[in-house]
Amino acid sequence: MPVRFFLTLCLLFSSYHVFANSMYPLASARQQSQFDHLLKELRCLVCQNQDLADSNAGLAKDLRDQVYLMVKDEKSDSEIINYLTARYGDFILFNPPVKSITLLLWYGPLLFLLLGLFIFWRTCLKRTVNE
Amino acid sequence: MKKRVWRLLPLMVFTLLVIFLWRGLSLEPQHLPSTQIGHSLPEFQLPQLGTEHVFSTQTVTGKVALLNVWASWCEACIEEQVFLMQLAQQGVLIYGLNYKDDTADATRWLKEWGNPYQAIGEDHRGKVAIDLGVYGAPETFLLDSHGIIRYRHVGILDAKSWQQEFLPRIRQLETA
Repeated sequence: MPVRFFLTLCLLFSSYHVFANSMYPLASARQQSQFDHLLKELRCLVCQNQDLADSNAGLAKDLRDQVYLMVKDEKSDSEIINYLTARYGDFILFNPPVKSITLLLWYGPLLFLLLGLFIFWRTCLKRTVNE
Repeated sequence: MKKRVWRLLPLMVFTLLVIFLWRGLSLEPQHLPSTQIGHSLPEFQLPQLGTEHVFSTQTVTGKVALLNVWASWCEACIEEQVFLMQLAQQGVLIYGLNYKDDTADATRWLKEWGNPYQAIGEDHRGKVAIDLGVYGAPETFLLDSHGIIRYRHVGILDAKSWQQEFLPRIRQLETA
């Protein structure tokens, strides 16, 4: 019984893929996987926590079509991403690029960890040495 | 003295965090910055609503003007239209970009709610809107006389945003 439930779930979640493939036929498996992974990396700007693959918003469909045409035209990932970020900014990417403005975002956690360790060392460890 | 500073450090870090998170509460994630500001309008050639003319980049350049992205299916556009009509009466040049709409629907809509536009381009497929970085209607772009985008307003354009965001920029453009 749990196995069947699990299988049904798998089927449910995989159905969109079959759907996407039939909607956007591509010449090769390589293009197909490029298309799939690009859509997962791109944010729908209307419903911001969804990627372009999942979203039903009108704009998401238009952008999906645009990405599809560019993949079909054998454009590279970076060409497609440049096209979109030139129009919509880095916000369309789920993974923000490492830039001077995003340095704190990327390395902030490490900075805070080091700072925490440092404070810990100064306040707790050093005191026991003194005593 | 030095020891006290070290004791206070966690509190300072905490305060800094609180300030950042507090600010984060009032940020609007739905309002994205436009990447197009300072760029000239993308080249486009669209059919013009109601006439045989072409609606192109040249149509809207030459004077300081607004380019308003609207559609008949857009509820918020109705709310905005009253104010746009007022602006048009004051002599503000407004051009329309009819975003992913049907010609008949758009014409009917204008008859009902008024037409403040000098000319309207029909962007049936939304391609020009993508080039402009539009992510929802209504959006309003402020263009200078060279067709360079100076400002973008997302959402309903009302008297408050007109006075605070547009007027100072228009004055600046006209004196420059």
